[in-house]
Amino acid sequence: MIDVINLKKNFGSLEILKGINITVNKGDIVAVLGPSGSGKSTFLRCLNCMEDPTEGSIIFNGVDIADMKVDINVHRRHMGMVFQHFNLFNNKTVLQNVMMAPAYLKCKDLKQAKSKNRMTKVKNLFRGNKEELIQITATKEQIKAEAKQQALNLLKRIGLDDKADAYPSTLSGGQKQRVAIIRSLAMNPDVILFDEPTSALDPEMVGEVLELMKELASEGMTMVVVTHEMGFAREVASRVIFMDDGQIKEEAPPEEFFDNPKDERLKEFLSKIL
Amino acid sequence: MGNFGLKVDKFIEIFIEQNGYVKVVQGLQNTVFIAVAGLIIGILIGTVIATVKVLPKYKMLPRVLNGVCNLYVALFRGTPIVVQLLVGYYVLVPLTGVNLPGIRVAMIVFGMNSGAYISEIMRSGIQSVDSGQMEAGRAVGLSFGTSMMKIVIPQAVKNILPTLGNEFIALIKETSVVSFIAVADLYMAFNYIGTNSYEFMVPYLVMALIYIVLVLIITLLVRVLERSLKKSDRRN
Repeated sequence: MIDVINLKKNFGSLEILKGINITVNKGDIVAVLGPSGSGKSTFLRCLNCMEDPTEGSIIFNGVDIADMKVDINVHRRHMGMVFQHFNLFNNKTVLQNVMMAPAYLKCKDLKQAKSKNRMTKVKNLFRGNKEELIQITATKEQIKAEAKQQALNLLKRIGLDDKADAYPSTLSGGQKQRVAIIRSLAMNPDVILFDEPTSALDPEMVGEVLELMKELASEGMTMVVVTHEMGFAREVASRVIFMDDGQIKEEAPPEEFFDNPKDERLKEFLSKIL
Repeated sequence: MGNFGLKVDKFIEIFIEQNGYVKVVQGLQNTVFIAVAGLIIGILIGTVIATVKVLPKYKMLPRVLNGVCNLYVALFRGTPIVVQLLVGYYVLVPLTGVNLPGIRVAMIVFGMNSGAYISEIMRSGIQSVDSGQMEAGRAVGLSFGTSMMKIVIPQAVKNILPTLGNEFIALIKETSVVSFIAVADLYMAFNYIGTNSYEFMVPYLVMALIYIVLVLIITLLVRVLERSLKKSDRRN
Protein backbone atom coordinates (compact mmCIF):
# COMPACT_ATOMS: atom_id res chain seq x y z
CA MET A 1 0.00 0.00 0.00
CA ILE A 2 2.87 2.34 0.78
CA ASP A 3 6.14 1.89 -1.08
CA VAL A 4 8.98 4.07 0.08
CA ILE A 5 11.80 4.20 -2.42
CA ASN A 6 15.17 5.70 -1.59
CA LEU A 7 13.68 8.39 0.67
CA LYS A 8 16.10 11.14 1.65
CA LYS A 9 15.50 14.22 3.72
CA ASN A 10 17.87 17.08 4.46
CA PHE A 11 17.33 20.01 6.76
CA GLY A 12 19.73 22.50 5.27
CA SER A 13 23.05 20.71 5.13
CA LEU A 14 22.01 18.25 7.82
CA GLU A 15 21.17 14.83 6.43
CA ILE A 16 18.39 13.28 8.47
CA LEU A 17 17.27 10.40 6.26
CA LYS A 18 19.88 8.72 4.11
CA GLY A 19 17.92 6.52 1.75
CA ILE A 20 15.02 4.60 3.25
CA ASN A 21 13.37 1.70 1.41
CA ILE A 22 10.37 0.01 2.89
CA THR A 23 7.05 -1.46 1.88
CA VAL A 24 3.95 -1.38 4.04
CA ASN A 25 1.21 -3.79 2.95
CA LYS A 26 -2.44 -3.68 3.84
CA GLY A 27 -2.99 -4.91 7.38
CA ASP A 28 0.63 -4.49 8.37
CA ILE A 29 1.46 -3.07 11.74
CA VAL A 30 4.94 -1.65 11.50
CA ALA A 31 6.65 -0.49 14.66
CA VAL A 32 9.58 1.87 14.21
CA LEU A 33 12.14 1.88 17.01
CA GLY A 34 15.40 3.68 17.42
CA PRO A 35 17.35 6.12 19.56
CA SER A 36 16.31 9.76 19.52
CA GLY A 37 17.77 11.70 16.65
CA SER A 38 17.74 8.64 14.44
CA GLY A 39 15.13 10.12 12.10
CA LYS A 40 12.12 8.02 13.11
CA SER A 41 9.74 10.94 13.43
CA THR A 42 11.06 12.62 10.30
CA PHE A 43 10.55 9.37 8.43
CA LEU A 44 6.96 9.13 9.63
CA ARG A 45 6.27 12.77 8.84
CA CYS A 46 7.67 12.25 5.35
CA LEU A 47 5.16 9.45 4.76
CA ASN A 48 2.28 11.92 4.53
CA CYS A 49 4.51 14.73 3.26
CA MET A 50 4.19 16.74 6.45
CA GLU A 51 7.88 17.17 5.69
CA ASP A 52 8.55 17.27 1.99
CA PRO A 53 11.11 14.60 1.06
CA THR A 54 14.30 15.96 -0.47
CA GLU A 55 14.68 12.95 -2.72
CA GLY A 56 13.01 9.66 -3.45
CA SER A 57 9.39 8.68 -3.84
CA ILE A 58 6.52 7.54 -1.69
CA ILE A 59 4.03 5.49 -3.65
CA PHE A 60 0.71 5.50 -1.83
CA ASN A 61 -2.11 3.57 -3.50
CA GLY A 62 -0.26 3.81 -6.78
CA VAL A 63 0.45 7.54 -6.72
CA ASP A 64 3.80 9.14 -5.95
CA ILE A 65 2.78 11.63 -3.28
CA ALA A 66 6.30 12.97 -2.90
CA ASP A 67 5.76 14.63 -6.26
CA MET A 68 5.03 18.30 -5.60
CA LYS A 69 2.44 18.42 -8.39
CA VAL A 70 0.16 15.93 -6.65
CA ASP A 71 -2.70 17.40 -4.61
CA ILE A 72 -1.49 16.08 -1.28
CA ASN A 73 -4.72 17.01 0.53
CA VAL A 74 -6.66 14.36 -1.36
CA HIS A 75 -4.23 11.63 -0.36
CA ARG A 76 -3.94 12.76 3.23
CA ARG A 77 -7.64 12.00 3.65
CA HIS A 78 -6.73 8.32 3.38
CA MET A 79 -3.79 8.63 5.76
CA GLY A 80 -4.59 9.37 9.36
CA MET A 81 -1.96 10.78 11.68
CA VAL A 82 -1.75 10.82 15.45
CA PHE A 83 0.71 13.17 17.12
CA GLN A 84 2.78 13.01 20.26
CA HIS A 85 1.12 16.12 21.63
CA PHE A 86 -2.39 15.17 20.45
CA ASN A 87 -2.93 18.48 18.62
CA LEU A 88 -6.67 18.50 19.09
CA PHE A 89 -8.23 21.67 17.70
CA ASN A 90 -8.40 23.85 20.80
CA ASN A 91 -11.17 26.07 19.50
CA LYS A 92 -13.52 23.17 18.76
CA THR A 93 -15.43 20.86 21.05
CA VAL A 94 -14.58 17.17 21.17
CA LEU A 95 -17.47 16.33 18.85
CA GLN A 96 -16.50 19.06 16.39
CA ASN A 97 -12.92 17.83 16.47
CA VAL A 98 -14.03 14.42 15.32
CA MET A 99 -16.69 15.38 12.79
CA MET A 100 -15.21 18.54 11.34
CA ALA A 101 -12.91 17.12 8.68
CA PRO A 102 -15.31 14.51 7.25
CA ALA A 103 -18.27 16.89 7.26
CA TYR A 104 -16.34 19.78 5.77
CA LEU A 105 -14.56 17.76 3.10
CA LYS A 106 -17.67 15.88 2.00
CA CYS A 107 -19.61 19.16 1.78
CA LYS A 108 -16.78 20.59 -0.31
CA ASP A 109 -16.89 17.57 -2.63
CA LEU A 110 -20.66 18.00 -2.93
CA LYS A 111 -20.24 21.65 -3.86
CA GLN A 112 -17.63 20.76 -6.47
CA ALA A 113 -19.80 17.99 -7.90
CA LYS A 114 -22.74 20.40 -8.15
CA SER A 115 -20.77 23.08 -9.93
CA LYS A 116 -19.31 20.48 -12.26
CA ASN A 117 -22.79 19.19 -13.03
CA ARG A 118 -23.91 22.71 -13.84
CA MET A 119 -21.03 23.05 -16.29
CA THR A 120 -21.82 19.67 -17.82
CA LYS A 121 -25.47 20.64 -18.28
CA VAL A 122 -24.49 23.81 -20.13
CA LYS A 123 -21.98 21.91 -22.26
CA ASN A 124 -24.54 19.18 -23.00
CA LEU A 125 -26.75 21.77 -24.68
CA PHE A 126 -24.19 22.01 -27.47
CA ARG A 127 -23.17 18.38 -27.66
CA GLY A 128 -24.56 15.45 -29.57
CA ASN A 129 -23.61 12.70 -27.15
CA LYS A 130 -24.56 13.89 -23.68
CA GLU A 131 -22.12 13.54 -20.84
CA GLU A 132 -23.29 11.80 -17.67
CA LEU A 133 -23.95 13.92 -14.59
CA ILE A 134 -22.30 13.04 -11.31
CA GLN A 135 -24.75 11.27 -9.02
CA ILE A 136 -25.53 13.32 -5.94
CA THR A 137 -26.77 11.06 -3.21
CA ALA A 138 -26.96 13.28 -0.14
CA THR A 139 -27.72 16.88 0.75
CA LYS A 140 -25.48 19.03 2.89
CA GLU A 141 -27.70 18.48 5.94
CA GLN A 142 -27.62 14.73 5.47
CA ILE A 143 -23.84 14.73 5.19
CA LYS A 144 -23.52 16.74 8.38
CA ALA A 145 -26.00 14.58 10.27
CA GLU A 146 -24.21 11.48 9.09
CA ALA A 147 -20.80 12.80 10.12
CA LYS A 148 -22.21 13.76 13.51
CA GLN A 149 -23.74 10.33 14.02
CA GLN A 150 -20.50 8.63 13.05
CA ALA A 151 -18.55 10.89 15.40
CA LEU A 152 -20.93 10.12 18.25
CA ASN A 153 -20.63 6.40 17.59
CA LEU A 154 -16.85 6.65 17.66
CA LEU A 155 -16.98 8.66 20.87
CA LYS A 156 -19.27 6.08 22.40
CA ARG A 157 -16.79 3.41 21.42
CA ILE A 158 -14.05 5.01 23.50
CA GLY A 159 -16.54 5.84 26.25
CA LEU A 160 -16.29 9.60 25.90
CA ASP A 161 -19.74 10.37 24.49
CA ASP A 162 -20.54 12.35 27.63
CA LYS A 163 -17.62 14.66 26.80
CA ALA A 164 -18.89 15.43 23.30
CA ASP A 165 -19.54 19.09 24.05
CA ALA A 166 -16.50 19.62 26.25
CA TYR A 167 -13.44 21.48 25.01
CA PRO A 168 -10.13 19.61 24.70
CA SER A 169 -8.56 21.68 27.48
CA THR A 170 -10.79 19.90 29.99
CA LEU A 171 -9.71 16.38 29.01
CA SER A 172 -6.89 14.33 30.48
CA GLY A 173 -3.92 13.40 28.30
CA GLY A 174 -5.13 9.87 27.69
CA GLN A 175 -8.60 11.08 26.75
CA LYS A 176 -7.13 13.66 24.37
CA GLN A 177 -5.02 11.06 22.63
CA ARG A 178 -7.94 8.69 22.26
CA VAL A 179 -10.04 11.48 20.78
CA ALA A 180 -7.14 12.27 18.43
CA ILE A 181 -7.09 8.63 17.32
CA ILE A 182 -10.80 8.51 16.54
CA ARG A 183 -10.50 11.88 14.84
CA SER A 184 -8.20 10.31 12.28
CA LEU A 185 -10.40 7.20 12.28
CA ALA A 186 -13.43 9.32 11.32
CA MET A 187 -11.93 9.83 7.87
CA ASN A 188 -11.95 6.04 7.29
CA PRO A 189 -8.25 6.09 6.44
CA ASP A 190 -6.38 3.24 4.77
CA VAL A 191 -3.48 3.67 7.13
CA ILE A 192 -2.85 5.55 10.38
CA LEU A 193 0.56 6.96 11.26
CA PHE A 194 1.36 7.22 14.96
CA ASP A 195 4.12 9.58 16.01
CA GLU A 196 5.09 8.50 19.52
CA PRO A 197 1.46 8.48 20.65
CA THR A 198 2.18 7.63 24.25
CA SER A 199 5.36 9.59 24.91
CA ALA A 200 3.60 12.61 26.39
CA LEU A 201 1.36 10.57 28.67
CA ASP A 202 1.84 9.47 32.23
CA PRO A 203 2.19 5.70 32.74
CA GLU A 204 -1.38 5.22 33.90
CA MET A 205 -2.80 6.73 30.72
CA VAL A 206 -0.46 4.91 28.37
CA GLY A 207 -2.52 1.76 28.94
CA GLU A 208 -5.83 3.15 27.71
CA VAL A 209 -4.25 4.52 24.53
CA LEU A 210 -2.39 1.29 23.77
CA GLU A 211 -5.59 -0.64 24.41
CA LEU A 212 -7.39 1.37 21.72
CA MET A 213 -4.48 0.90 19.33
CA LYS A 214 -4.52 -2.85 19.90
CA GLU A 215 -8.23 -2.85 19.18
CA LEU A 216 -7.64 -1.10 15.86
CA ALA A 217 -4.85 -3.53 15.07
CA SER A 218 -7.11 -6.51 15.68
CA GLU A 219 -9.65 -5.00 13.29
CA GLY A 220 -7.04 -5.08 10.56
CA MET A 221 -6.15 -1.40 10.40
CA THR A 222 -2.81 -0.73 8.75
CA MET A 223 -0.58 1.18 11.13
CA VAL A 224 2.90 2.64 11.19
CA VAL A 225 3.88 3.34 14.77
CA VAL A 226 6.93 5.22 15.97
CA THR A 227 7.15 4.22 19.59
CA HIS A 228 9.27 3.53 22.64
CA GLU A 229 6.79 0.96 23.94
CA MET A 230 8.75 -2.25 23.50
CA GLY A 231 5.90 -4.31 24.91
CA PHE A 232 3.52 -2.95 22.32
CA ALA A 233 6.00 -3.50 19.51
CA ARG A 234 6.59 -7.09 20.54
CA GLU A 235 2.98 -7.96 21.15
CA VAL A 236 1.11 -6.18 18.37
CA ALA A 237 3.50 -5.37 15.54
CA SER A 238 3.78 -7.62 12.53
CA ARG A 239 7.15 -6.13 11.71
CA VAL A 240 9.63 -4.09 13.70
CA ILE A 241 12.08 -1.66 12.19
CA PHE A 242 15.18 -0.35 13.86
CA MET A 243 16.43 3.00 12.66
CA ASP A 244 19.72 4.63 13.43
CA ASP A 245 21.59 7.47 11.80
CA GLY A 246 18.93 8.01 9.15
CA GLN A 247 18.98 4.44 7.92
CA ILE A 248 17.01 1.27 8.52
CA LYS A 249 19.44 -1.00 10.32
CA GLU A 250 17.18 -3.96 10.88
CA GLU A 251 13.75 -5.05 9.77
CA ALA A 252 12.30 -8.24 11.19
CA PRO A 253 9.24 -9.87 12.75
CA PRO A 254 9.08 -9.00 16.47
CA GLU A 255 10.21 -12.43 17.81
CA GLU A 256 13.32 -12.39 15.70
CA PHE A 257 13.89 -8.69 16.28
CA PHE A 258 13.92 -8.93 20.06
CA ASP A 259 15.30 -12.43 20.59
CA ASN A 260 17.82 -12.69 17.82
CA PRO A 261 18.97 -9.22 16.73
CA LYS A 262 21.70 -9.13 14.11
CA ASP A 263 22.73 -5.50 13.89
CA GLU A 264 25.40 -4.46 16.43
CA ARG A 265 23.81 -1.11 17.14
CA LEU A 266 20.46 -2.80 17.73
CA LYS A 267 22.03 -5.27 20.18
CA GLU A 268 23.47 -2.36 22.11
CA PHE A 269 20.11 -0.52 21.99
CA LEU A 270 18.19 -3.53 23.23
CA SER A 271 20.67 -4.31 25.97
CA LYS A 272 20.17 -0.84 27.36
CA ILE A 273 16.41 -0.89 27.48
CA LEU A 274 15.43 -4.48 28.14
CA MET B 1 -13.47 81.56 35.43
CA GLY B 2 -16.24 84.05 36.17
CA ASN B 3 -17.82 83.87 32.81
CA PHE B 4 -17.60 80.07 32.49
CA GLY B 5 -21.30 79.80 33.20
CA LEU B 6 -21.91 82.31 30.46
CA LYS B 7 -19.88 80.22 28.05
CA VAL B 8 -21.84 77.12 28.98
CA ASP B 9 -25.07 79.01 28.38
CA LYS B 10 -23.85 80.09 24.98
CA PHE B 11 -22.85 76.53 24.11
CA ILE B 12 -26.20 75.16 25.17
CA GLU B 13 -27.97 77.83 23.18
CA ILE B 14 -26.17 76.89 19.96
CA PHE B 15 -26.22 73.19 20.77
CA ILE B 16 -29.95 72.97 21.28
CA GLU B 17 -31.67 76.01 19.85
CA GLN B 18 -29.64 76.38 16.70
CA ASN B 19 -29.64 72.67 15.96
CA GLY B 20 -26.00 72.18 16.92
CA TYR B 21 -26.88 68.74 18.23
CA VAL B 22 -27.87 67.63 14.74
CA LYS B 23 -24.33 68.36 13.58
CA VAL B 24 -22.87 66.61 16.60
CA VAL B 25 -24.96 63.49 16.09
CA GLN B 26 -24.05 63.54 12.42
CA GLY B 27 -20.37 63.97 13.28
CA LEU B 28 -20.48 61.23 15.88
CA GLN B 29 -22.10 58.92 13.38
CA ASN B 30 -19.44 59.67 10.76
CA THR B 31 -16.62 59.20 13.25
CA VAL B 32 -17.97 55.85 14.39
CA PHE B 33 -18.75 54.70 10.85
CA ILE B 34 -15.27 55.52 9.60
CA ALA B 35 -13.63 53.80 12.55
CA VAL B 36 -15.79 50.67 12.34
CA ALA B 37 -15.47 50.39 8.56
CA GLY B 38 -11.74 51.04 8.91
CA LEU B 39 -11.42 48.29 11.49
CA ILE B 40 -13.35 45.77 9.39
CA ILE B 41 -11.41 46.54 6.21
CA GLY B 42 -8.21 46.59 8.27
CA ILE B 43 -8.87 43.16 9.77
CA LEU B 44 -9.62 41.71 6.34
CA ILE B 45 -6.50 43.19 4.75
CA GLY B 46 -4.39 42.42 7.80
CA THR B 47 -5.49 38.78 7.88
CA VAL B 48 -4.70 38.32 4.21
CA ILE B 49 -1.26 39.91 4.55
CA ALA B 50 -0.46 37.94 7.70
CA THR B 51 -1.50 34.70 5.99
CA VAL B 52 0.72 35.49 3.01
CA LYS B 53 3.60 36.18 5.37
CA VAL B 54 3.34 32.80 7.07
CA LEU B 55 2.95 30.83 3.83
CA PRO B 56 5.72 28.34 3.15
CA LYS B 57 8.07 30.07 0.76
CA TYR B 58 9.62 27.54 -1.58
CA LYS B 59 7.40 28.32 -4.52
CA MET B 60 7.53 31.43 -6.66
CA LEU B 61 4.01 32.77 -6.08
CA PRO B 62 4.18 33.11 -2.28
CA ARG B 63 7.49 34.93 -2.62
CA VAL B 64 6.07 37.44 -5.07
CA LEU B 65 3.00 37.96 -2.90
CA ASN B 66 5.24 38.39 0.10
CA GLY B 67 7.15 41.13 -1.70
CA VAL B 68 3.92 42.91 -2.61
CA CYS B 69 2.73 42.74 0.99
CA ASN B 70 6.03 44.07 2.30
CA LEU B 71 5.77 46.98 -0.10
CA TYR B 72 2.20 47.65 1.00
CA VAL B 73 3.11 47.66 4.67
CA ALA B 74 6.16 49.86 4.07
CA LEU B 75 4.02 52.33 2.12
CA PHE B 76 1.22 52.64 4.64
CA ARG B 77 3.39 52.63 7.74
CA GLY B 78 5.86 54.99 6.16
CA THR B 79 3.50 57.89 5.48
CA PRO B 80 1.29 59.86 7.89
CA ILE B 81 -2.42 59.15 7.75
CA VAL B 82 -3.13 62.78 6.85
CA VAL B 83 -0.90 62.48 3.80
CA GLN B 84 -2.67 59.28 2.79
CA LEU B 85 -6.05 60.98 3.13
CA LEU B 86 -4.94 63.96 1.06
CA VAL B 87 -3.35 61.81 -1.62
CA GLY B 88 -6.41 59.58 -1.72
CA TYR B 89 -8.92 62.38 -1.92
CA TYR B 90 -7.10 65.01 -3.96
CA VAL B 91 -4.90 62.81 -6.17
CA LEU B 92 -6.25 59.31 -6.64
CA VAL B 93 -9.97 60.11 -6.77
CA PRO B 94 -9.63 62.78 -9.52
CA LEU B 95 -7.03 60.74 -11.37
CA THR B 96 -9.12 57.60 -11.52
CA GLY B 97 -12.28 59.57 -12.13
CA VAL B 98 -14.38 57.58 -9.67
CA ASN B 99 -17.01 59.60 -7.90
CA LEU B 100 -16.36 58.85 -4.25
CA PRO B 101 -17.61 61.07 -1.42
CA GLY B 102 -15.06 62.04 1.22
CA ILE B 103 -16.46 59.74 3.85
CA ARG B 104 -16.01 56.68 1.62
CA VAL B 105 -12.45 57.74 0.86
CA ALA B 106 -11.84 58.11 4.58
CA MET B 107 -13.21 54.63 5.30
CA ILE B 108 -11.02 53.06 2.65
CA VAL B 109 -7.88 54.98 3.60
CA PHE B 110 -8.31 54.24 7.30
CA GLY B 111 -8.99 50.60 6.48
CA MET B 112 -5.90 50.28 4.32
CA ASN B 113 -3.80 52.11 6.88
CA SER B 114 -4.87 50.00 9.83
CA GLY B 115 -4.58 46.90 7.63
CA ALA B 116 -0.84 47.48 7.52
CA TYR B 117 -0.66 47.60 11.31
CA ILE B 118 -3.13 44.79 11.92
CA SER B 119 -1.16 42.53 9.56
CA GLU B 120 1.73 42.54 12.01
CA ILE B 121 -0.57 42.07 14.99
CA MET B 122 -2.27 39.19 13.21
CA ARG B 123 1.04 37.62 12.23
CA SER B 124 2.19 37.55 15.83
CA GLY B 125 -1.20 36.06 16.71
CA ILE B 126 -0.88 33.33 14.10
CA GLN B 127 2.63 32.54 15.25
CA SER B 128 1.43 32.32 18.84
CA VAL B 129 -0.77 29.35 17.90
CA ASP B 130 1.04 26.03 18.28
CA SER B 131 2.24 24.77 14.90
CA GLY B 132 0.71 21.40 15.78
CA GLN B 133 -2.73 22.88 15.18
CA MET B 134 -1.94 23.58 11.55
CA GLU B 135 -0.29 20.16 11.20
CA ALA B 136 -3.30 18.39 12.64
CA GLY B 137 -5.55 20.24 10.21
CA ARG B 138 -3.35 19.34 7.26
CA ALA B 139 -3.09 15.73 8.46
CA VAL B 140 -6.84 15.16 8.22
CA GLY B 141 -6.79 16.45 4.65
CA LEU B 142 -7.81 20.08 5.07
CA SER B 143 -6.01 22.54 2.81
CA PHE B 144 -3.65 25.22 4.10
CA GLY B 145 -6.34 27.89 3.63
CA THR B 146 -9.07 25.91 5.36
CA SER B 147 -6.86 24.97 8.30
CA MET B 148 -5.93 28.62 8.58
CA MET B 149 -9.50 29.93 8.44
CA LYS B 150 -11.15 27.30 10.62
CA ILE B 151 -8.49 26.44 13.15
CA VAL B 152 -5.52 28.78 13.37
CA ILE B 153 -7.05 32.22 12.85
CA PRO B 154 -9.92 31.77 15.35
CA GLN B 155 -7.33 30.90 17.99
CA ALA B 156 -5.03 33.71 16.86
CA VAL B 157 -7.84 36.28 17.08
CA LYS B 158 -8.53 35.22 20.62
CA ASN B 159 -4.90 35.80 21.51
CA ILE B 160 -4.69 39.22 19.90
CA LEU B 161 -8.07 40.58 20.96
CA PRO B 162 -6.63 43.03 23.54
CA THR B 163 -4.19 44.40 20.95
CA LEU B 164 -6.95 44.59 18.37
CA GLY B 165 -8.98 46.61 20.87
CA ASN B 166 -5.99 48.94 21.16
CA GLU B 167 -5.96 49.33 17.40
CA PHE B 168 -9.67 50.17 17.34
CA ILE B 169 -9.19 52.80 20.04
CA ALA B 170 -6.27 54.32 18.15
CA LEU B 171 -8.37 54.27 15.00
CA ILE B 172 -11.34 56.09 16.49
CA LYS B 173 -9.07 58.82 17.77
CA GLU B 174 -7.14 59.10 14.54
CA THR B 175 -10.36 59.74 12.62
CA SER B 176 -10.29 63.27 14.04
CA VAL B 177 -8.10 64.26 11.08
CA VAL B 178 -10.72 63.53 8.41
CA SER B 179 -11.67 67.21 8.37
CA PHE B 180 -8.61 67.57 6.13
CA ILE B 181 -10.75 66.18 3.33
CA ALA B 182 -13.89 67.98 4.47
CA VAL B 183 -15.66 65.07 6.11
CA ALA B 184 -17.99 66.22 8.89
CA ASP B 185 -16.76 64.30 11.91
CA LEU B 186 -16.98 65.13 15.61
CA TYR B 187 -14.26 67.73 15.38
CA MET B 188 -16.01 69.52 12.50
CA ALA B 189 -19.27 69.56 14.46
CA PHE B 190 -17.78 71.16 17.53
CA ASN B 191 -15.68 73.48 15.44
CA TYR B 192 -18.92 74.63 13.82
CA ILE B 193 -20.46 75.35 17.21
CA GLY B 194 -17.32 77.16 18.28
CA THR B 195 -17.17 79.37 15.23
CA ASN B 196 -20.80 80.30 15.54
CA SER B 197 -20.51 81.35 19.15
CA TYR B 198 -16.96 82.77 18.94
CA GLU B 199 -16.36 80.54 21.92
CA PHE B 200 -14.27 77.35 21.76
CA MET B 201 -13.64 76.39 25.37
CA VAL B 202 -16.83 74.49 26.15
CA PRO B 203 -17.32 72.82 22.74
CA TYR B 204 -13.82 71.36 22.73
CA LEU B 205 -14.18 70.23 26.31
CA VAL B 206 -17.40 68.41 25.44
CA MET B 207 -15.68 66.93 22.39
CA ALA B 208 -12.92 65.52 24.57
CA LEU B 209 -15.52 64.01 26.88
CA ILE B 210 -17.32 62.33 23.99
CA TYR B 211 -14.07 60.77 22.77
CA ILE B 212 -13.33 59.46 26.25
CA VAL B 213 -16.80 57.96 26.54
CA LEU B 214 -16.43 56.35 23.11
CA VAL B 215 -13.13 54.77 24.10
CA LEU B 216 -14.55 53.54 27.39
CA ILE B 217 -17.43 51.90 25.55
CA ILE B 218 -14.99 50.15 23.20
CA THR B 219 -12.92 48.97 26.16
CA LEU B 220 -16.04 47.48 27.67
CA LEU B 221 -17.05 45.81 24.42
CA VAL B 222 -13.63 44.24 23.99
CA ARG B 223 -13.78 42.91 27.52
CA VAL B 224 -17.20 41.35 26.95
CA LEU B 225 -16.03 39.80 23.69
CA GLU B 226 -12.91 38.44 25.35
CA ARG B 227 -14.98 36.79 28.04
CA SER B 228 -17.33 35.18 25.56
CA LEU B 229 -14.40 33.75 23.57
CA LYS B 230 -12.85 32.31 26.67
CA LYS B 231 -15.05 29.27 26.91
CA SER B 232 -12.51 26.93 25.29
CA ASP B 233 -9.80 28.22 27.58
CA ARG B 234 -8.75 26.88 30.92
CA ARG B 235 -7.33 30.19 32.04
CA ASN B 236 -9.88 32.28 33.86
